[in-house]
Amino acid sequence: MSNEAIVHGVHDAHATHADEHHHAHEHHEQHFFSKYVFSMDHKIIAKQFLITGIIWAIIGALMSVFFRLQLGFPDKTFPIMEKFLGEWAKGGKLDPEFYYALVTMHGTILVFFVLTAGLSGTFANLLIPLQIGARDMASPFMNMLSYWFFFLAGVIMFISLFLQTGPASGGWTTYPPLSALKEASLGSGTGMDLWLVSMALFVVSSLLGGLNYVSTILNMRTKGMTMTRMPLTIWALFFTAVLGILSFPVLLSGFVLLIFDRSFGTSFYLSEIFIGGKALPNVGGSAILYQHLFWFLGHPEVYIIMLPGMGMASEILSTNSRKPIFGYFAMIISLVGITVLAFLVWAHHMFVTGMSPFLGSIFVLLTLLIAVPSAVKVFNWLTTIWRGNIRFTPPMMFALGFVSLFISGGLTGIFLGNSALDIHLHDTYFVIAHFHIVMGVSAFFGMFAGIYHWYPKMFGRFMNKPLAYIHFFITFIGAYLIFWPMHYEGIAGMPRRYYDYSAWESFKNFTSLNAFISVVVIVVFFAQLLFVFNFFASIWKGRKVTTQNPWGSTTLEWTTPINPGHGNWEGDIPEVHRWSYDYRDDGHGNDFIPQTTPLRPGEEAH
Amino acid sequence: MSIFITVAIIFLVLMIVYQIAQASEYAAALRATEKERQKKTNYIMASLLVAFFFFGLYAIWQCHFSLLDRMLPKSASLQGEAYDMMFKVTLITTGIVFFITHALLFWFAFKYKATDDRKTSFFFAHNNKLELIWTTVPAIVMAVLVAIGLRNWMTVTSPAPADAHVIEIVGKQFNWIVRYPGTDKVLGKRNYRDINDATNVLGIDQKDPASKDDIVAQNGEMHLVVGKPVKLIIGSRDVIHDVGLPHFRLKMDAVPGITTTLWFTPTITSAEMKEITKNPNFVYEISCDQMCGKGHYSMRGTIIVETQAEYDKWLASQAPYFAPAAPAAAPAADSAAAATPAVAVK
Repeated sequence: MSNEAIVHGVHDAHATHADEHHHAHEHHEQHFFSKYVFSMDHKIIAKQFLITGIIWAIIGALMSVFFRLQLGFPDKTFPIMEKFLGEWAKGGKLDPEFYYALVTMHGTILVFFVLTAGLSGTFANLLIPLQIGARDMASPFMNMLSYWFFFLAGVIMFISLFLQTGPASGGWTTYPPLSALKEASLGSGTGMDLWLVSMALFVVSSLLGGLNYVSTILNMRTKGMTMTRMPLTIWALFFTAVLGILSFPVLLSGFVLLIFDRSFGTSFYLSEIFIGGKALPNVGGSAILYQHLFWFLGHPEVYIIMLPGMGMASEILSTNSRKPIFGYFAMIISLVGITVLAFLVWAHHMFVTGMSPFLGSIFVLLTLLIAVPSAVKVFNWLTTIWRGNIRFTPPMMFALGFVSLFISGGLTGIFLGNSALDIHLHDTYFVIAHFHIVMGVSAFFGMFAGIYHWYPKMFGRFMNKPLAYIHFFITFIGAYLIFWPMHYEGIAGMPRRYYDYSAWESFKNFTSLNAFISVVVIVVFFAQLLFVFNFFASIWKGRKVTTQNPWGSTTLEWTTPINPGHGNWEGDIPEVHRWSYDYRDDGHGNDFIPQTTPLRPGEEAH
Repeated sequence: MSIFITVAIIFLVLMIVYQIAQASEYAAALRATEKERQKKTNYIMASLLVAFFFFGLYAIWQCHFSLLDRMLPKSASLQGEAYDMMFKVTLITTGIVFFITHALLFWFAFKYKATDDRKTSFFFAHNNKLELIWTTVPAIVMAVLVAIGLRNWMTVTSPAPADAHVIEIVGKQFNWIVRYPGTDKVLGKRNYRDINDATNVLGIDQKDPASKDDIVAQNGEMHLVVGKPVKLIIGSRDVIHDVGLPHFRLKMDAVPGITTTLWFTPTITSAEMKEITKNPNFVYEISCDQMCGKGHYSMRGTIIVETQAEYDKWLASQAPYFAPAAPAAAPAADSAAAATPAVAVK
């Protein structure tokens, strides 16, 4: 599609306002700070989210290497750890207190900073305006604030790592009373205060972002871009934002009550506690209340992490199979189903808290219902590649890996969602294996697929391909080698969050397996560094993109210039005439028809 | 200093690898056209994915049989037998789905790699019949699994039989305290304000007559009678713990301020289990399954399942927590009461 059609396109209602904005920035040299630091350009903000996410991912992954060293080789010392962790790993032996701090931080960082902010922050910002045909977000200023609140949250969390009493160490779920009482654990002192402040700021960031994404998608679509012509990435990011907006405030309320219990003597979560040699005055609170508030976000959070990957995988599988996504409407309906059910299943994390068994059975039913829309998505992806013309580009490899991991991790959810099976598997390595495969690695694969696919749009260059393939295979094989055997440990009842298993008759026979897993973790960690290096080096050294639409995609982002300025399109925003998955013969020897191509005479809209 | 050298070396290695990869990409570009290269890549990658699939199946097989001897022995409780059966059904169901979907994924990927033969792919955007099939079939399978699950869940969470032994287990950082009701079969009341680490670890109300004969084991050792249902009264002194009973396939949180319960019927004695597992050191363990602080991993309790006779003998040797005035009379009374069927005074 050439720019001519775009220039002659029909004027868009909101183009006028955005145009002024656009031109003002276009012809003047922008100051470094307003262009790259306090930028209001959604593409720059997306890169800020991504790069911050990458840095956090390295920190979080390095933490997992440290605690895997402890788990794999409990009787050995690693002087290198002392270099990184100082007093906490005296003589190269990790301190149990800090082991728990590392586990807690690894979870918090990966779940919130990397797979929420780093993932949907990046791709919602990058793709929403580009794929729906808008010059920027509904409120670029709020968008900027969203990043800077996230940045501030990150700074505070980072500072907490260097406290003398260590960062929060009560698990990423920070259940009170453990997290509420400083007598209960070192990390429940100042570390926990900073954790709560940081997370509160993070919730603000997430809400600012989410409101912006939703209003942009609803209000700023270009002419002809009806909701049912939007790419599935946008649908997925839309529901991700909806989930965040409706559930993060509940988490914040849980945090506020926890702050009150910690600092102002209230008893929301505390009751009948004897700790540190004395009985506390608090009576009548419920520790389980926190879990309800936490998991009311905590479960939708899983889908906040999964949905962007699902959307991007749909887009990438379709583009690289040169075939429309199969069952576009079924895909949207299943997203709706997942979104609605995501709010109704939180208590499946709490089957063994002593909650009413009847209530438990309702949650079993609703939880296993989620398997249905998930199955629909998997079968639709499989049918999408069936009889396609598959190009095995790096993003396609990761999208295929995403489907495989989503199946593997999803199926083990059927065990855990059934309370009668969860009663043994709860809080064992089975859970670790399940959620790391499905919302850890699988979500990461969605993210990697997205990064490799839209890198040319972000930086005008390609990432190095041979390295991308190496990265893919090491990560794919490594992920299965790490997490597949963990299911067995879980079935054998091995509890998670243990520092050392050697005193346990029932679990000590997994020592050699733990060592094997730890070795694979180290290999996979270095493979990720390869990716990080490839990412940064390719910004300056990558192969240049020479065509506007390198993947032969139908969607709008590939109608912008190779290096789009603020405002995205030079001239008018293109008009959309067809849905986003018209991968078929266009009559001129191409196997795709861009969304901007008018319907041919007699052709029916999809 | 050495840390910077390490980081610098890693950085250098990555830079070299990147340069080599970059060079190989440019060299490939010189040798062949974009189209030929893509064709070759497609072939290599599709083949590697298929190789991954077969290698993966082999690895799953290997993993399964090499770890089989490290798994838990057969369930030591009645409840666990139903559990193992249900686990097997779910495993087979999900195993079939796993195999079929993965076979399709890798087969399609290999078969439909882009070649010169096909110009455009098959335009196939939707089919309501297919969608209907793969909505209803998973729904039906899930309904069956839910039905089995809820049946077992109802059994496991049903009220304990009236003749069940009542034993209290209380978690604290970082060990388990077990309390037996003694001859009167009733646990004395307790109040967390009365807790004293030296004289009254559970805060038992000494004025309550039921507390007089209560036996407290601070070493986290729990004695159970084989074939006799036991009801655990679970509590916590400080933070949330969890009574994990992997050999009995059960688990329940210990929450401060809330009393939770769990009942089951042990079916295999510790001695029998030593023979079944061929492990003379075998012991039923109570693991703490809810993170409770830095000593979480060491919060270990044990269970000894024994015959009624052994249990009676053990019980007779135990002194009540609050030493009575005439300890000599206690053992006789204990065994007499244990021999008569328990009529709980509630």
